[in-house]
Amino acid sequence: MEMFIQTLVSGILIGGIYALIGIGMTLIMGVMKIINLAHGQLMMVAMYITFVCHQYLGLDPYFALFIAMPCLFVLGAAIQKYLLNPLLKVDSILPENQVLMTVGIGMVLTEVMRFIFHSDYRSIETGYSSTAFYLGGISFNLPMFVAFGIALLLTLGLFLFLLKTDVGKSVRATAQNMDAAMILGINAHWITILTYGLGSALVAAAGTLLLPIYYLFPDIGGPFTLKAFVITMLGGMGSTVGAIVGGVVLGVAESLGATYIAMSLKDAVAMVIFLLVLIFLPGGLKKLTKV
Amino acid sequence: MNSRPWVLGIIGLLLLAFPFLVPSDYYRHILIISLMWVVIGSSWNLLAGYTGQVSFGHAVFFGTGAYTAGLCVTKLGISAWWGLVLGGPVALLVGLVIGWICFRLRGPYFALATIAVGEIFRLVAIAWRDFTEGMEGILIIQTNRSKVPYYYLALLLAAGCILAIHLVMRSKWGYYFVAIREDQDVAEAIGISTFRYKSLSLMISSFFTGVAGAFYMNYMAFIDPHVVFSLHDVSIMAILVGIIGGVGTLWGPPLGALVMVWLQETFRSSFFGLLPRWVSEAHVLVFGLLVIFVIRYLANGIVGDWAHIKQLIFRSKAASFSTGGDRS
Repeated sequence: MEMFIQTLVSGILIGGIYALIGIGMTLIMGVMKIINLAHGQLMMVAMYITFVCHQYLGLDPYFALFIAMPCLFVLGAAIQKYLLNPLLKVDSILPENQVLMTVGIGMVLTEVMRFIFHSDYRSIETGYSSTAFYLGGISFNLPMFVAFGIALLLTLGLFLFLLKTDVGKSVRATAQNMDAAMILGINAHWITILTYGLGSALVAAAGTLLLPIYYLFPDIGGPFTLKAFVITMLGGMGSTVGAIVGGVVLGVAESLGATYIAMSLKDAVAMVIFLLVLIFLPGGLKKLTKV
Repeated sequence: MNSRPWVLGIIGLLLLAFPFLVPSDYYRHILIISLMWVVIGSSWNLLAGYTGQVSFGHAVFFGTGAYTAGLCVTKLGISAWWGLVLGGPVALLVGLVIGWICFRLRGPYFALATIAVGEIFRLVAIAWRDFTEGMEGILIIQTNRSKVPYYYLALLLAAGCILAIHLVMRSKWGYYFVAIREDQDVAEAIGISTFRYKSLSLMISSFFTGVAGAFYMNYMAFIDPHVVFSLHDVSIMAILVGIIGGVGTLWGPPLGALVMVWLQETFRSSFFGLLPRWVSEAHVLVFGLLVIFVIRYLANGIVGDWAHIKQLIFRSKAASFSTGGDRS
């Protein structure tokens, strides 16, 4: 029983970070109706920025949030402005060419990082990397706990932004119906750029928070892109609430799978959930929660 | 098939005479791998380019074919050449099941589901050690030291695959496939069973990809899950071969295969040793840049946008801008 609760707790904690990854993806998916296959790779870039900040400037990884997030915001906005938006005008047989473009972007990001940092595994040493505190026999890993808290704060901030500010309302309007939003005088072009930037900044935060508890190498992006899909599909495309639930569900399912089935099949658990959701609940949890 | 049959004839003769014209095993190897990619790229193109179902999981069929051949040796104790016979049908059956699951989904959802299937196969192949030998992979002994027999076999497979796709696309099925690509709802409304024809397209596609996988096992004599079930090196490579050559054209994927394999080799060998070694690390980077460039400026690939390219190069006003290639 204790092991079960322990597994559950660590699943929920990692789920908070997954939710952050998923929200970034679901925002982009909601507004642009495309799957961003470079999502995990953007996170990997943010992790390297944090790594450099820590290694060469001696900054605390949590402080590096203030560097990694703006950097990735600019990078994401530039990708949207110069690579994805121009494709809307190109006529091609396959409607998926924006998705294929993100594959190319992901490859370039991975390889550029491999070029600079080589394929070595890296991790950062902080005073609190392996600290834990206990609550009724259940151990809480400190950096994971902090990461969960920051993820929660960022999510709340995003919700305030989307619900209370004019720009946030414009983003939601564009997600609901781009043409109608344009008729109402919203600069949808600008909104897409802003959204991709925001999505990248959120995934950057997830990467930075993950770094103290994880290791880092250029190919780490791919698996996280897949995780981001699973979360987004689980939550329902474009649903932010769904992405949070999806993230936590994935985190819990993964840690249960790792504990009770096999460590090596941890990633397969996510894929099986993904297929099951696609088959039996195509709209994701959005269908059940209606938000 | 081609407006100028003699061009095809000359290319065919050159390909037949190639092992005698070029005695170097290195160039033979490159061409064998290119021909294998012609098969995979063309079959991906049948499903994605003609039927409009973009698959990100062709590694499943490739890997299934390769493992069928490998398991013939390790489990059945027969020659891996039986894999060439069995690999196609086994991959076809796998394709049938995957189609049954994934064809409920459309467009990007279908693409995502195929990625998931691909990852599941890779992870299971790693984890199921009793059956697949896991990460140790399967090592067999090549039957031929000379590359010439492999070359002709690959040439036969590539020619057979292109011919089969050409014949399919000229038949009634081909028109149904294109109708499904253009508009699934309309196709359904005029009485085409979209599920059945999408499955047929996937079956043909997975069959040839499986045969290519079995060929790979026989030729390379070693496979492991990361090689044959790789998302980047197989599934995405198949897509690249298709889009660079030209999606929805018969000669696009063969051209794309030549371009991709040649580029890969050029960079991997640092321009045949002429440039410093770090160039060899950049080959995937060049792939990525190429994808971005092609999608941005040549959305229909080299063959699909040929008229456009000709106009850019020769500045001739006569070349028609609007359509190019046989996008039947």
